[in-house]
Amino acid sequence: MQSEMIKRAKELLASGEVARVVGWKAGEFDYDITPGVFTTAEELDSAFLYNDLCEANLSKYMIAQSRKEGKTLVFLKPCDTYSFSQLLKEHRILRENVYVIGVPCDGKVDVDTVKATGLTGICSMTSDGETVTVKTLYGDSTMSKADAMSERCINCKSKKHVVYDELLGEEGDVVADNHRFDMVEKIEAMTPDERFEFWRNELSRCIRCNACRNVCPACSCEKCVFDNEQSGAFNKGASDSFEENMFHIIRAFHVAGRCTDCGECSRVCPQNIPLHLLNRKFIKDINELYGEYQAGENADERAPLNTFTTEDVEPSIVYERGGKQ
Amino acid sequence: MFTLPVSKLNDLFAAVASTRKLYLPVDDEASGHAEYKVWHEGVTLSNALNTARSAKDFFFPQTENLVDFKMEGKTIEVIDTRTESEDFVVFGVRACDARSFDILDRVFLAEPVDSYYKNRREHGVIVTLACTRPEETCFCTVFGIDPTNPAGDVSGWIAGENLYLSANTEKGEAFLSSVSKLLAESDDEAVKAQQAEVKEILKKLPLGSLDLTPFKPENLLKLFDSKRWKDLSEACLGCGSCTFVCPTCQCYDIRDFDTGHGIKRYRCWDSCMYSDFTRMAHGNPRLTQVERFRQRFMHKLVYYPSNNEGIYSCVGCGRCLAKCPISMNIAKVIKALGEEA
Repeated sequence: MQSEMIKRAKELLASGEVARVVGWKAGEFDYDITPGVFTTAEELDSAFLYNDLCEANLSKYMIAQSRKEGKTLVFLKPCDTYSFSQLLKEHRILRENVYVIGVPCDGKVDVDTVKATGLTGICSMTSDGETVTVKTLYGDSTMSKADAMSERCINCKSKKHVVYDELLGEEGDVVADNHRFDMVEKIEAMTPDERFEFWRNELSRCIRCNACRNVCPACSCEKCVFDNEQSGAFNKGASDSFEENMFHIIRAFHVAGRCTDCGECSRVCPQNIPLHLLNRKFIKDINELYGEYQAGENADERAPLNTFTTEDVEPSIVYERGGKQ
Repeated sequence: MFTLPVSKLNDLFAAVASTRKLYLPVDDEASGHAEYKVWHEGVTLSNALNTARSAKDFFFPQTENLVDFKMEGKTIEVIDTRTESEDFVVFGVRACDARSFDILDRVFLAEPVDSYYKNRREHGVIVTLACTRPEETCFCTVFGIDPTNPAGDVSGWIAGENLYLSANTEKGEAFLSSVSKLLAESDDEAVKAQQAEVKEILKKLPLGSLDLTPFKPENLLKLFDSKRWKDLSEACLGCGSCTFVCPTCQCYDIRDFDTGHGIKRYRCWDSCMYSDFTRMAHGNPRLTQVERFRQRFMHKLVYYPSNNEGIYSCVGCGRCLAKCPISMNIAKVIKALGEEA
């Protein structure tokens, strides 16, 4: 796949169709791949990479890249196309300046998941699609790819490309029988006190680095309310731990109905806070209260939270449902 | 050198904790990380190589109140809220973080002395632990740090079934004498054997041969003007992960918080990666992420050493390598700029 992608990128650069290519760049240890911009065939040959370790969602970069001179080619995995489509819906990406090539994804291998198995000193990590070979300072080992994938890939919601100009490989299908709401159900089943305790513990580790916000394709405000001194919510340093927790709760509310569940927030969190669970709770609630809805699936469809219908639930629903008391 | 069986570690912790707060790396189940936590009965020392957050938090916390103001009519009362810090011990600090304190000292203890930092520094005793299982992201040796011989008030080694301790400072001597009942005198054979063994692993570290020679004051402008900053920073998200997990990043912002009854002036960690960093009346002097990104690495590799006898303000702990959302980091910057120089 990688060589096909490089070939296509070179053709599009050579013909002048695109001015640059957004893809993934090789690092030091196979797993430390950086999103990168390529403008020449030489750069593509020397550093362009696509394999089972390319986790980053490149769609958000297109907000800035699509405002540059000339067209930009971007390679998008199926779940990235949902983010891209949602950004189109929000008029954040200039579609005419982007050339999208959809590339297949069979689930990504995640270094933190591999580290969690107890392996340390990982100098190299490669996947053949079935087996992951890990070379460390302390010896080599192999594991099945399924054991090396992060939760978001194990519970993949869709392998379908919802927007593209060209496909390398199949268009793909939605994965209907995923288990992505299982953990949400577990948390819903907790008592309010247990649930409060669960989130207080998870969010207490936040160091407020803003990685979750800055990587999030749904967080595309030009100036975040928390960075705006005039907003009344300016919050560079939290006055107490509860205020710190509010940052995440407010962010989750703001992306509700727009979050496509790409899982980048949890992937980038340096403190391993399962932030995607907050967003999934909203997605699950929207599905239950307004009918099945997947943000990003359709760029023209109206979103349930922005559309009034007489069938909408009444606010009193809040008192009628909820977890164990 | 003194020794104590590892099986008696709990007694040591209990003895220390009976007189002052004891912090040590503890495994956190929810995150899968080790983090410094207060010891109490039942808490055990983590086996992890290092904590996710650095040890700088003990002396330079993420947020702290500096002073209060009360307004009445046209008079403003300034209330000094500083209190004397309590004594505390941090056990299990690694060599990289121990070096970071020297780097922070040169900033906070230089004139004008930062009394908040100094207060905590004076009341804290650092007991280090030598590394036995470095990660691929470790490159402290590049900065002349020996992870098998960590600094601190007391240096420590866990070799075989024993903990070995050796004092380096007066504070360290006092610490050891406060727990002397638990300690026995020992030679350093076991420690030496372990050091030799770990040094063989250090030779294999993939980043152990990073070349710092181009990073010298004479090259300041050449490095500053490098064409590489643009592509290196292109994917940077402008978040603060690297700066907040870094043991040597020491920039902060000072802000006022209106409580409704007065003003609390606080400081909080700031990040050169943020768009409002060092913003002045005219705006941010670093207009794009390229300049902000460059600032971080120029500071660590050129500006700081220029002002501090050639000492780099990176200790090679590898936290930023492990935590950057886009896997861009100081090792890649050193390599890329080094190729050019």
